[in-house]
Amino acid sequence: MMMNSKSLYQEVILDHNRKPRNYGVLDNPSHHAVGHNPLCGDRLDIALKIENDQISHIAFHGESCAICKASASMMTAAVKGKTRPDAETLIQEFRDMATGKLDPEQPNHLGRLTVFSGIRDLPTRVKCAILPWHTLHAALNALTSVSTESDDDPVQATSVSD
Amino acid sequence: MANAYASMTPGANTVFDVEKIRADFPILGIKVGDKPLVYLDNAASCQMPRQVIDQLVHYQTTQHANINRAVHYLSEVATMEYEKARRRIQQFVNAREDREIIFTSGTTESINLVMQGYGRKFIKAGDEIILTTLEHHSNIVPWQMLAEEKGAIIRVVPINDAGELDIAAYEKLFNERTKFVGLIHVSNALGTINPIKSMIAFAHQHGVPVLIDGAQAAPHRVVDVQDLDCDFYAFSAHKLCGPTGIGMLYGKSSWLEAMQPFKGGGDMIASVTFEKTTYAAIPHKFEAGTPPIAAAIGFGAAIDYLESIGIDDIAAYEHELLSYATERMAEIKGLRIIGTAAHKTAVLSFTLDGIHPHDIGTILNEDGVAVRTGHHCAQPVMERFKVPATSRASFAFYNTRSEVDALIAGIRNVQKVFL
Repeated sequence: MMMNSKSLYQEVILDHNRKPRNYGVLDNPSHHAVGHNPLCGDRLDIALKIENDQISHIAFHGESCAICKASASMMTAAVKGKTRPDAETLIQEFRDMATGKLDPEQPNHLGRLTVFSGIRDLPTRVKCAILPWHTLHAALNALTSVSTESDDDPVQATSVSD
Repeated sequence: MANAYASMTPGANTVFDVEKIRADFPILGIKVGDKPLVYLDNAASCQMPRQVIDQLVHYQTTQHANINRAVHYLSEVATMEYEKARRRIQQFVNAREDREIIFTSGTTESINLVMQGYGRKFIKAGDEIILTTLEHHSNIVPWQMLAEEKGAIIRVVPINDAGELDIAAYEKLFNERTKFVGLIHVSNALGTINPIKSMIAFAHQHGVPVLIDGAQAAPHRVVDVQDLDCDFYAFSAHKLCGPTGIGMLYGKSSWLEAMQPFKGGGDMIASVTFEKTTYAAIPHKFEAGTPPIAAAIGFGAAIDYLESIGIDDIAAYEHELLSYATERMAEIKGLRIIGTAAHKTAVLSFTLDGIHPHDIGTILNEDGVAVRTGHHCAQPVMERFKVPATSRASFAFYNTRSEVDALIAGIRNVQKVFL
């Protein structure tokens, strides 16, 4: 019951917030999407290149809280070099972990990303952690824009806002 | 007088006994994890004292039936109590007559009632509606819906860097097409108290009626609708220690009588046939269906409670808390207060350099400190100050200086986490 935010704001997350990996703009991406959370105004731009069936380059930028930025940073590091199906597996597992459907103790492919497992106890912050993954999913599936309030949203399905 | 309010040590000879007041609010005793609750989200919703809770229980256990219908005992008692609450609100805002007070579900519904009942009847294509940058979304969106439907135009009063309305710009907006003004009394995002009395007088010189969104004003200052001479005034019970789901709209009887009903149904009619329905007199014309009777009675009890303390004393005490909190916040490096109007209620919206408001809110919560983070349903205000969101501490008369200290310590903790 008790929110345990201090365990969420642990060093690895704070470090990715301070020094986000793959932060910036990518020239000539093959896939691109913008995600936003209209409830808090967060906005995330993700661009990537797929070459030889692998994500060879990925970059993100935008305005967001520390949880969202760290999640994006760790996500880009995790999916770089992965095939699209492998990336989709991670997306699914991360969403399931954040919404409490996947127990991080069970076998999974998330590795260090399990530092975000505490987010499931902070329902108001789940969307912050998921937004990058949601946006990556949209980019891989050639949707140019997603919202945490859209039909595709794993947390809350309402009308598409864009 | 100010010194008397400043000396609030328990046991001291004080004018405003905050510890005694706190004892009226059971919820203030809870803990968040192992930390005592420090509730600083009063602008979103205020807590309820035992006196109001008891009234709700008393009604539900001894007086409840549907109102305005049956001739039996309980129905008569319930109707009497419901109408007593209406008269209580009438006195609270000093309306001429009790029929000028309409029960609604809250400020939002009150504004929508005026939009539907007045706007849809009297606003036409090309007409102009004046709103301000400080408006809550609830006093923007209904008018946008109307403007879209009718082809009317919305004009917006700008604010300065302190978050105060530009009155000269307001006056320049008036022309022969101006048909309505919607004006927030106190900004929920910044705490700015607007000079509504002179603004209303100016609108009236141009024959334009004015609606006041008083959601953030009624809990903190004396509201006298006759003195203000506003045409409509709206607020919610839950922001002044009452229940959610109930609010009020004051309207001058001449307007209310001219307006069309907002909702059709039972209780709002004089007679119904399939050929023609005639509506009941005001206020019932606007109160279709069974209202939240217990909530309305709780609304009346909340006003009793506030007046037992005294609205002027509440305002003075909260002002002293605001001064103290503002002073303490000024000590924090990298903290920027958004909204520095000369006249403010006890609301402190702020940003911290390099730290997102949602992270601030989550970490403050760890210390038991409840603040609101986000755009506060006032995105035009956020845009004006070029911030996506702020953290907002909003104080009530039951907050203390030591709670201000807890907030300040919490903010320093947040900065430590992100060091």
